[in-house]
Amino acid sequence: MLKVENLCYEYESGFKLKNINFEVKGGESIGIIGENGSGKTTLVKNLIGLLRLKSGRILLNGEDASKMSVAEIARTIGFVFQNPDNQIFASSVKEEVSFGPQNLKMDKIEEIVNDVLKKTDLFKYKESHPFKLSGGEKQRLALASILVMNPKILVLDEPTSGLDLRNARKLIEIVKNLQEEGRTLILISHDMELVSDLCERIILMKSGEIIADGGIKDIFDDSNLLEKTRLDLPEIAKLSKILEFGVVFDPGELYRKWRVSND
Amino acid sequence: MINFKEVSFRYSKNQGHVLRNISFNVKKGEFLGISGPSGSGKSTLCLMMNGIIPKTIEGEFSGEVYIDGEDIAEKEIYETSEKLGLILQNPESQLFSMTVEEELAFGPENLGIKREEIGDRISWALKLVGMERFREAFPHQLSGGEKQKIAIASLLTMKPEILVLDEPTSNLDPKSRIEIFKIVQKLNRKGMTVVVVEHETNFISSADKILILNEGEIVRYGTPKEIFREADFLKEIGIRVPEIVEFSNYLLKEGYIDDIFLSVSEALEVLNVESRKSLL
Repeated sequence: MLKVENLCYEYESGFKLKNINFEVKGGESIGIIGENGSGKTTLVKNLIGLLRLKSGRILLNGEDASKMSVAEIARTIGFVFQNPDNQIFASSVKEEVSFGPQNLKMDKIEEIVNDVLKKTDLFKYKESHPFKLSGGEKQRLALASILVMNPKILVLDEPTSGLDLRNARKLIEIVKNLQEEGRTLILISHDMELVSDLCERIILMKSGEIIADGGIKDIFDDSNLLEKTRLDLPEIAKLSKILEFGVVFDPGELYRKWRVSND
Repeated sequence: MINFKEVSFRYSKNQGHVLRNISFNVKKGEFLGISGPSGSGKSTLCLMMNGIIPKTIEGEFSGEVYIDGEDIAEKEIYETSEKLGLILQNPESQLFSMTVEEELAFGPENLGIKREEIGDRISWALKLVGMERFREAFPHQLSGGEKQKIAIASLLTMKPEILVLDEPTSNLDPKSRIEIFKIVQKLNRKGMTVVVVEHETNFISSADKILILNEGEIVRYGTPKEIFREADFLKEIGIRVPEIVEFSNYLLKEGYIDDIFLSVSEALEVLNVESRKSLL
């Protein structure tokens, strides 16, 4: 579905993405993690065509993405910004979500928009002004306005950052439903629990390079690797490792493991 | 040090109250954590602590707020700000000077402090936040975590007795978050009164007291253990409980332990596997 070959990019400031190689298959969910400044967002901006790579190739369904416009790439890769305010500009929820399909002169716009608003639990706010929505609702609106274009690959940048428990859970549930539909997910996040909940594979980045690409368990079990990327396991995962249950993020799962070994 | 007496506020008469009947005390040197779901009134409460509400952001305000025994209704915001420094979620909104040094000098210069002392204060504040080598740097070139440290340092140069931080780490990576909280804990250990607002309760589990807001009212107030023993209630109102606390609540409910634990080292003691502490 998406193949990145020897991608290099350099900002004027000197920061470089160096020789990035990876492949994402259709329906796969991968997490890109790394500290601030490791190159996660620069990589994604290259994927969606906002930045143009200096060398290497990005293949989208076998076609060279460097020859596509941003709008053409957007039909396959939908990117949801970390801060929904960067994405929202219309004066009603309905208008915001209708903008893309109207530009592409799609058929049955109202039907598609209503369907997406229902999926993202925003239908009741259809006529509301986006800026009257809460942070969690705005985040879902940003997602809806991308989903309405039906991209096969969804890229989410820190989707639960700043959301309270209720809104974070709602968003995760929506993303899980999208995964079940077979959509490919690329998740950029610092939240290891979220990444382990939604992804089966992790790409670890540091200083513009991929330093590891593998299964969740292999990467989270490797303390040296995490230390290199300045990533710190949450307290519960540290405890579960010390108790020799491996890396566990879910308190209920850790309790079950602890009970089995202690009863 | 901070004393709220039956404070209520709404932005206009046509709207409901954002905060209702809020009363609490923070003692000198205490660390208070405030949490609550989105829209519970946390940020509004912060803006009341130095008088921005109702002096700059107007609305229908009732009740009294005292800082160090003084009614802030009778003080100008800048007078209250000498005692109480407020850090907001986005440090960008607080940084505006060309260099870090100029940024840190701005507050004390406006207080009329002598140049030599300002220099000493800048050195002291940068050392406290571990940013000495950035004295000549341009704030806009710093990372998010570094900017937040400079925002804290710029308040420290005013030598406030109270530091209030409203979701200070929500846009930072995990390591930067931990660094900011270590700085806050260090300042508290040095005697500074600290109030931290966080919807992520992980970072306030080391507070002396925690206050929980929901729909504009105080619904719980107590020590972290008193608060986190009610994990089911907290989750019901939309507050994330530290996973390690949730695990300990499972053990407590089934009678495996006598009380919850809040950290890995405490867990190893309670679970009688202290010998594994070296693995931490």
